[in-house]
Amino acid sequence: MANLRVLVLYAHPNHDISRANRMLRAAIEDAPGVTVHDLYDCYPDLFIDVRREQRLLLEHDVLVFQHPMHWYSAPAILKEWEDSVLENGWAYGKGGEKLHGKRFMQVVTTGAHEDSYRHGGKAHFTVHELLRPFEQMAYYCGMVHLPPFVTHDARELDDRAIAAQAARYRALLEKIHHGDPPAPFHTIPGKD
Amino acid sequence: MDQGFLSELLVYLAAAVIVVPLVKRLGLGSILGFLVAGIIIGPWGFQLISDVDAILRFAEIGVALLLFLVGLELDPRRLWSMRRPVFGLGGAQIVVTILAVTGIAHVLGQSATTGIVAGMGLAMSSTAIVLATLAEKNLMAAPVGQSSFAVLLAQDLAVIPLLMILALLAPGATTSQVDFLAAGKGVGVIAAVILVGRTLLRPVLRYIANTRLREIFIAFSLLLVLGTAALVHWVGLSMALGTFLAGVLLADSEYRHELELDIEPFKGLLLGLFFIAVGMSVDVGLVARIPHVVFGLALGVVVIKMLLAFPLARLFGVGGRDALVFAVMLSQAGEFAFVLFNAAGTQGILPRETAVLLTAVVTVSMLTTPLVLFVYERFVAPHLDRGPERAPDAIDEHHPVIVAGFGRFGQIVARLLQGRGIGATIIDHDPNQIDLVRRFGWKAHYGDVTRLDLLERAGAAEAKLLIVAVDDPDTARATVQLARSRFPNLAVLVRAHDRTDAYEYVELGVPTVRETFGSAVEAGERALRMLGVGAHAARRFAEWFRRHDEEELALLAPHRHDQKRLIERSQKARGDLEQLLRDEERRVRHGGESGWD
Repeated sequence: MANLRVLVLYAHPNHDISRANRMLRAAIEDAPGVTVHDLYDCYPDLFIDVRREQRLLLEHDVLVFQHPMHWYSAPAILKEWEDSVLENGWAYGKGGEKLHGKRFMQVVTTGAHEDSYRHGGKAHFTVHELLRPFEQMAYYCGMVHLPPFVTHDARELDDRAIAAQAARYRALLEKIHHGDPPAPFHTIPGKD
Repeated sequence: MDQGFLSELLVYLAAAVIVVPLVKRLGLGSILGFLVAGIIIGPWGFQLISDVDAILRFAEIGVALLLFLVGLELDPRRLWSMRRPVFGLGGAQIVVTILAVTGIAHVLGQSATTGIVAGMGLAMSSTAIVLATLAEKNLMAAPVGQSSFAVLLAQDLAVIPLLMILALLAPGATTSQVDFLAAGKGVGVIAAVILVGRTLLRPVLRYIANTRLREIFIAFSLLLVLGTAALVHWVGLSMALGTFLAGVLLADSEYRHELELDIEPFKGLLLGLFFIAVGMSVDVGLVARIPHVVFGLALGVVVIKMLLAFPLARLFGVGGRDALVFAVMLSQAGEFAFVLFNAAGTQGILPRETAVLLTAVVTVSMLTTPLVLFVYERFVAPHLDRGPERAPDAIDEHHPVIVAGFGRFGQIVARLLQGRGIGATIIDHDPNQIDLVRRFGWKAHYGDVTRLDLLERAGAAEAKLLIVAVDDPDTARATVQLARSRFPNLAVLVRAHDRTDAYEYVELGVPTVRETFGSAVEAGERALRMLGVGAHAARRFAEWFRRHDEEELALLAPHRHDQKRLIERSQKARGDLEQLLRDEERRVRHGGESGWD
């Protein structure tokens, strides 16, 4: 299978104060076939160039959203991105088949321990459940949904743990780039 | 030190320091001041200085330095782009003036030779007076400055063929062979200057600069300029032309600014000395003996030169008012005439007394330029302002928007609106600007927006919005007031020149945009980003700043005349702003500390 091109939409409103996301991103920036596209950097006022974004999507086979969990969802710019870029007749609806067959994955960090993300926990829902709107977006646009790559408790992890997680992130993207069949891949640091 | 030299120096300096500020205060410019100072201390005044010719020759270095500085501002590419005005307008001015003077001399009963020589001398203008005046009035970069300079350049170039013609006119004329030898020498020296300037000069400058001895660099700058002048002078060309060339060759060098700084003070002093010397050389005795002849001829020269220059300038596309100033600028005869008439007199081409008379006429004509300019500025230009020579254009289109003022500001606004398909009726009061933007396909109308009838014809009664984008604060205010009183249904958006202006509009309740505010805030935002602040955060800081400043503006507007209050309030505002941006910073950090990473 031919090599797949991976587009990482990076969304962190204050990249300079993040640690986990910055380290994760640094690990994949020079990975083969990977394009990192920093949304807040390109559109600091959330004014998105829709045609440019669509062009980028067409040039890639895999779409990755990398972001911290903000209020059990993504930072606002990703919602704005969805609202403006995924147009009727382009991403869905009549003639909207541009994303068909592409893969979609989310790479998220949380600020709480994994135990919170369960029924009866502080967050009440699992991360998978909370990310359902994104999963449905992928489904509706005809994309193959891959399980999210989650880093829990991002503020509490030490640098070594994050570095290890970052290496796994890179390995995952390399695997996807080489067209390996997507396997369910859900890692929680400290448990493997 | 030689006592005589020191006392002469004191006389020059004292004369300049006493007379120039007085004349300048009368609104007559510093050049006339120097000239008058020269007359006062010269052989016909208090006789404080005797050897005028030597001083004049020495002070001509000032003109050479001036031309060097002018050359520094003009790189070869820009010089090349001036070839049309130089050879067209300049050539025409020289040829037509020589022909006219020859004709008039014939009518006055002079020989053809006298006529031609007089024409050659009088056709030239004074580079020193014209350029110094343009610089004093800050007109060098304006269209009138550019055309005047082009003609001066043409005149300097014409020195070579004119001197050849003069040699041919000499009784028992030298063989043409010799003339061509001289011309060949001239061309050879020019070529050598260009070649050396292009190849050797920069490495040498670098070498000198690397010594890090400022005095040596200054000394070298002077050596360079004076050396070029001497070399060019040696083959009989104008020193000014040579130094100008040297300047052009260094215009794109990295030492341009340093050279400029070093030469500037020498130029200023020597040019002043030059004007003093010209003043001293006025033969007051001759003028007193036959004043009607000297003044009559001088007046004739000035009037004829103006009458010829004005239509020529118009013919070459110079705007009406610019052409008028251009004609006044070039109306005097120049330094070259001294050289020419002196040479012609000694070689017997001109009768001796004619040469002396013509020299006096030239000097008097040089005195007139500041006066004519003064009269023009005081009495003619204001009149032109009230009744523009160009009638307002007919306006045959009506749009929902009227843009008044189509310079850097108005153009951007109109382009944005046009991009959205909203048409605008464009009015500007600068004919040159109108012609320029028309070439870019904009339909712009000439007219004065402070006039009610013009606004009416532009459709102010039906339009939705008037955008006042003129750059002059007074015009803007007048337009806003007129529009508000006569067209109450017309919304107005105004470009404010500065904060003080903005206060006024805020008080009047007119929506206003401060002309440099937006771009300055943008520069601040960019600076934050370049210092490592994230793009989104920088955007938000800038936006906070903008909002806060706008609020302050509205708050302060009522107290704009109360200086004390303004200062108090602006100090508090600075504190408020810091607080605001600290809050924003804390909010961001807190977001992270609360668990998001």
